[in-house]
Amino acid sequence: MLSFKSYIKPKNIKEAYDLLQNNNAEIIGGATFLRLSNRKVDLAIDLIDAGLDYIKDTEENVEIGSMVTISEFEENPILSNLFNGYLKNVAETILSFQMRNIITIGGTLYPKYGFSDLITALLVLNTDIYLYHSGKISLEEYLKTKVHKDILEKIVIKKEKLKATFHYIRNSEYDFSILNVAVSKGKKVKIAVGARPGVATLAYKAMEYLNKNGLNENNIKEAAKIAAEEIVFADDIKTSKEYRKVVCEALVRRALLEVM
Amino acid sequence: MKIKVIINGEKKVLDIEPHEILLDVLRRYGYYSVRRGCDTGMCGICTVLFDGKPVPSCSVFAARADGHEITTLEGLPEAKEFAELLAEEGADQCGYCSPGLIVNTVYLKKLKIKKMDEAKIKLIGNLCRCTGYEGQHRAIAKFLGVEK
Repeated sequence: MLSFKSYIKPKNIKEAYDLLQNNNAEIIGGATFLRLSNRKVDLAIDLIDAGLDYIKDTEENVEIGSMVTISEFEENPILSNLFNGYLKNVAETILSFQMRNIITIGGTLYPKYGFSDLITALLVLNTDIYLYHSGKISLEEYLKTKVHKDILEKIVIKKEKLKATFHYIRNSEYDFSILNVAVSKGKKVKIAVGARPGVATLAYKAMEYLNKNGLNENNIKEAAKIAAEEIVFADDIKTSKEYRKVVCEALVRRALLEVM
Repeated sequence: MKIKVIINGEKKVLDIEPHEILLDVLRRYGYYSVRRGCDTGMCGICTVLFDGKPVPSCSVFAARADGHEITTLEGLPEAKEFAELLAEEGADQCGYCSPGLIVNTVYLKKLKIKKMDEAKIKLIGNLCRCTGYEGQHRAIAKFLGVEK
């Protein structure tokens, strides 16, 4: 069971950051996954009233505050129409609507959950993370960087002409993905693979192959093989690394054919 | 600690532990329509409206509700109409999951959903182990005024 000695809801991010520097203090995000853990936290910091639940639409970008819940990708017209509904389609298959109403952007991205569908989906877009203390960093770099005692303030997605698609395989529709794949095609092709079960990563060699040789059926077949070879998979309770490798090749191929 | 919360339109001051779950607090204060199911947020039985949106009360800390508004089945006047439709369509057997389903469906009516497929996407988290969903879907289609 997760237990707290005290629970506080700061009114702004500065106050939250100062509180976070205390020993055994923790930001709880949406708390959906955290709640299932078994430990003692002295100070639980809830950002629900910290003014981080905004969505700002500018000419070039969309800014999403870290306390925006992922159901907003379905319900908010700015987010649901982005990239022809790409993010809406991804969000709608994540767990239940009730859970999507409490799962937050920050609570998903900050801990870099390996099972996340959203991280994989955002990785093929031009997505930047804004940390309160450490500042701006691309999502791609953030996933490779160790961050300690900071707060995810917002994410910024660049509006671009992109065709994007997302594929996954699950034991049942209402479950975490065994493997997920996102692909986007703008000026260049991007391929991300997640739930491997480690956190999502770009398939750099496969992307380089396609961006050098072009997108056609033969090259797609080859790129899918390259992606399955370069990505590091592992076993977990859901499936084996060998199975993930086979699935990866199939999903990358299907996704690339879709954006061709 | 004490929290101030509006439950079903009434201002309340509740005494809670910092790590207490909203489901437990609501039941302790007599809101018995909120039932415990899976306790992991996956079954939908404990659904309440938090600031007007359906959430699994088993996965929300009660302290989060301080200064916010909670609506349970008892606070939804539209619930009776939908409950009658569930009964007419034979969609209730044990009835244990009904409160969560009703709360979520009443919310969907406010969204003015036009297609049953859209409703199904938002109701996937309301599990029922008795009915096989057919009767429920007939009742939901009638209540929302959409084609099944």
